[in-house]
Amino acid sequence: MSLHKEPHPDLPPPMTSVGVIGWLRKNLFSSAPNTVLTLIVAYLIYISAVPLVQWALIDADWVGDSRDACTGGGACWVFVSVRFDQFMYGFYPESEYWRVNLAFGLLVALMVPLFLERFQRKGWLSAFILFIYPFIAYTLFYGGSLGLKEVETSLWGGLMLTLVLSGVGIVASLPIGIVLALGRRSSMPIVKAASVVFIEFWRGVPLITVLFMASVMLPLFLPEGTHFDKLLRAMIGIVLFQSAYMAEVVRGGLQAIPKGQYEAANALGLSYWKTMGLIILPQALKLVIPGIVNTFIALFKDTTLVLIIGLFDLLAMIQTAFTDPKWLGFSIEGYVFAALVFWVFCFGMSRYSQSLERKLHTGHAR
Amino acid sequence: MATEQPSGSAPAKAALWRRPVFRSTVFQVLLVLGVLGTGYYLFTNTLHNLEQRGISTGFDFLSVEAGFGIVQTLIPYDETYTFGRTFLVGLINTLLVSGLGIALATVIGFGMGVARLSSNWLVARVATVYIETFRNIPLLLQIMFWYFAVLQPLPRPKQSLELGGTVFLNNRGLYLPSPVFEPGFQWVAMAFVVAVIAVIFMARWAHRRREQTGQQFHTVYYSLGILLGLPLLVFLVAGSPLAWDYPALKGFNFRGGMTVIPELAALLLALSIYTGAFIAEAVRSGILAVSHGQTEAAFALGIRPSVTLRLVIIPQAMRVIIPQLTSQYLNLTKNSSLATAVGYPDLVAVFAGTTLNQTGQAVEVIAMTMGVYLTISLTISMFMNWYNNKKQLVER
Amino acid sequence: MKKFLATTSAIAICAVISTTAFAGATLESVKKKGFLQCGVSTGLPGFSSADDKGKWTGLDVDTCRAVAAAVFGDAGKVKYSPLTAKERFTALQSGEVDLLVRNTTWTLTRDSSLGLNFAGVNYYDGQGFLVTKDLGVKSALELDGASFCIQAGTTTELNLADYFRANKMTYTPITFDKSDETVKAFEAGRCDALTSDQSQLYSLRIQLKDPSSAMVLPEVISKEPLGPVVRQGDDEWLNIVKWVLFAALNAEEYGVSSKNVDKMAASSKDPNVRRLLGQEGIKGKGLGLSDTWAANVVKQVGNYGEMFERNVGQDSPLKISRGLNALWSKGGIQYAPPIR
Repeated sequence: MSLHKEPHPDLPPPMTSVGVIGWLRKNLFSSAPNTVLTLIVAYLIYISAVPLVQWALIDADWVGDSRDACTGGGACWVFVSVRFDQFMYGFYPESEYWRVNLAFGLLVALMVPLFLERFQRKGWLSAFILFIYPFIAYTLFYGGSLGLKEVETSLWGGLMLTLVLSGVGIVASLPIGIVLALGRRSSMPIVKAASVVFIEFWRGVPLITVLFMASVMLPLFLPEGTHFDKLLRAMIGIVLFQSAYMAEVVRGGLQAIPKGQYEAANALGLSYWKTMGLIILPQALKLVIPGIVNTFIALFKDTTLVLIIGLFDLLAMIQTAFTDPKWLGFSIEGYVFAALVFWVFCFGMSRYSQSLERKLHTGHAR
Repeated sequence: MATEQPSGSAPAKAALWRRPVFRSTVFQVLLVLGVLGTGYYLFTNTLHNLEQRGISTGFDFLSVEAGFGIVQTLIPYDETYTFGRTFLVGLINTLLVSGLGIALATVIGFGMGVARLSSNWLVARVATVYIETFRNIPLLLQIMFWYFAVLQPLPRPKQSLELGGTVFLNNRGLYLPSPVFEPGFQWVAMAFVVAVIAVIFMARWAHRRREQTGQQFHTVYYSLGILLGLPLLVFLVAGSPLAWDYPALKGFNFRGGMTVIPELAALLLALSIYTGAFIAEAVRSGILAVSHGQTEAAFALGIRPSVTLRLVIIPQAMRVIIPQLTSQYLNLTKNSSLATAVGYPDLVAVFAGTTLNQTGQAVEVIAMTMGVYLTISLTISMFMNWYNNKKQLVER
Repeated sequence: MKKFLATTSAIAICAVISTTAFAGATLESVKKKGFLQCGVSTGLPGFSSADDKGKWTGLDVDTCRAVAAAVFGDAGKVKYSPLTAKERFTALQSGEVDLLVRNTTWTLTRDSSLGLNFAGVNYYDGQGFLVTKDLGVKSALELDGASFCIQAGTTTELNLADYFRANKMTYTPITFDKSDETVKAFEAGRCDALTSDQSQLYSLRIQLKDPSSAMVLPEVISKEPLGPVVRQGDDEWLNIVKWVLFAALNAEEYGVSSKNVDKMAASSKDPNVRRLLGQEGIKGKGLGLSDTWAANVVKQVGNYGEMFERNVGQDSPLKISRGLNALWSKGGIQYAPPIR
């Protein structure tokens, strides 16, 4: 007769509920309908992914300088690599590419500290990027001073133009958007009405008609002989359109600030602008950063519309390349490349906005 | 700007310019003046420019013969109709593609949104990949991709892909048999109307009964039965008054039947897949927004899972979903104006395109076009506000 | 408040400026800008197209350059606005471009109610049809029930409708904004035939993967006089564009070309040539230009014949024969009033 003093050690869980098998059982084959569903989806993935990989990677041709290099039967990425510079810079003179690279390099270098937790002077740096940097970039892009050769805006194109348009769009629409949002929540009836009308008008019409108006009709509304650059006019259209959306995003932030904050500021005897500038807006803007990033993503995608009014953004450059008699019939490669570029930017930004959303979740949102 | 109050005086009234009422009045008056001034300035400039350049103005052009053809017209139209008619044709084509797009995008969006929350790992992953891929690629690019890279390389009419000699697919469109209504079909249509009315009454009755007695009544099956059964019965009794017109290759093209032109197909595919991705996100966030306690409470009360989903989760989720859904519908409608990139004859392509060019009256044409989109979007906004107010949580 | 005061005063100032604008403003504003803003097509080889460096060439482009040569004495002072057929008139009306040379057909409506003036004809054209050879069609009259790829917003759309109505045939129009989209759709077989001005058909045909697989049908269904367009209400500017065109034609007629213009200016005794090159007669005074305006045009851009052959004629891939565009003295209808 023996006495077990020690409790028997726990048996390991059955083989079928842990490890790979357990995971599979739980997530893919938990019930009969689920199993069927898994098998169907797996089959669909198989029949679509295999030819895709075959086409895009295995049978594809990567190096060469003419269409004769494409013999593999798959994608002809040579098309993209030959025209790569044009897709990036448009008709910008080749000898001046360094200016574009420098401007964007500078921007990236300036942005990096913003993502560092430990960096203290984020406010100043942001102000520098928002207010000083655009002039530096303009000087570099356009030239005509400091011994730089002038490069007309009609030569700007490709990804560079896409970035310029969306960058200007976001930087210029933010202040207008804030003013409109404040106007919409103002207690002054006329100010409020004017803001509402402005916002609803621009949100209600398609961007393409706005761009058409900006590109060919704007001079009709102005005194004779007023001249604007075509790119500038497209930018005005985009900024007006975008600021209405921005206003709605900012308004969301303003609404999320508890009433107590307004009341406290009033109790301290702060004026309207001090209340807004020191108490409400800093909190509200912090709340809506993810929203602003999302607006930026939408704007970034919308800039492709400028091709309809004859500006050569990335998509338009690719579209133009299709008509080159030497490279007919590679539209799929071109579209896939464009899609990839846009996707990388947009997906990256949306991930960033999601992480911000989690980080900034300070409990104000209702 | 302000001067100091003279010291010593008792809490006198603040100076005039310091009173909020005065300030806000002045500010608003200035705003009105500014807006009116700008408006007047633009208006007179435009008028001056139009007059000086001898450009015709006014809306007389709407009754002038258009003289050009349009590929897809849902209402009778040929070259002899007026420019005003081209406005209608374009508008109806816009509404068609928006309507179909909204329906398709909703189906795709709800399916994918639910799939993304599926307990099946593979299904959830596929839905995630779909959403993250398509909402991050510009819509214009997607439209062009479908049109130029997918639909144009389809076989030519003579080598059409066919299905049983009734459905044909080639690079000029999808050809389907179209129904031809014979005399007697009006009875079927009337039966359908009667069925709809009956279903509405039944639903009301069922609702009232549930409120009073707590008893459930499965309206869905009965409704389906009535909606399908009654017209079918009449259809058979009336001697099947319906024939089909089959498309056939005659000369250069298919004739007869219905045609879905590739321009429409490309636009529809792109719009619904793109918007579907956003709707899926809305659906997911809506379902996630319903706190888990609601489900647990329902289960604790012994309510079955399917009923819980239908009566507890979805009504609450809809409160979050509907506003996002409406704004997506709105976006889809506005985005349908990208039709012009592939030559689908929507309002922007036909009216703000060809008509504008033939008449040269840009101001009038663009104003009308913008007016249409504004009307649509304001109508939808109004509906959304009404719905929001109705469904808002009533708290303390 | 201050902001609004500033805005209102700015508006007031602008309003004052706007009232000072006057009829002959285009030449003035072009001179002040220092370049000519010229509306051209988004890409039609032979007439106006940009190469992969963004450099524009073509008959229409040369017309723009000729006007710049006359105004500035420098054919390079042109900026191009690529416009779709749909945008072109609005762009000219609004003042976005100073001159529109975009294979645009001269019609009554356009001349009278769009606020535009046609300054002449730089190419006499007519609408035709391009079909693939394997369609087995020899005449446009066999095209009943066919579908056509067309560019939106052109006279082509209207002529096609007229032609089919007159011949009691049916057709389906498939319209696109840009000519390269039209060609692409035609090549893919979206439509049975492509219809456009004949010159364009030749130009579009060389954009096909296999140009020999397509042919142009013999029918010409319309008159398409293509020419430069200016805004109404500025006669000075209209005259300049008109006479630049005439100068190029006269130069060809008198045998003055870009190669011999300097020699002719120095030695020619022909009074016609001397008047053309600004050595006697009215010179540039009536037009408000320098005396050597026409000489600059011929020297920097060439006479009409040179422009034609270089861009669309035998020296180009298009190889279009002069036909109607030959001088009146050589069997064509290009005829310019005398310079005197």
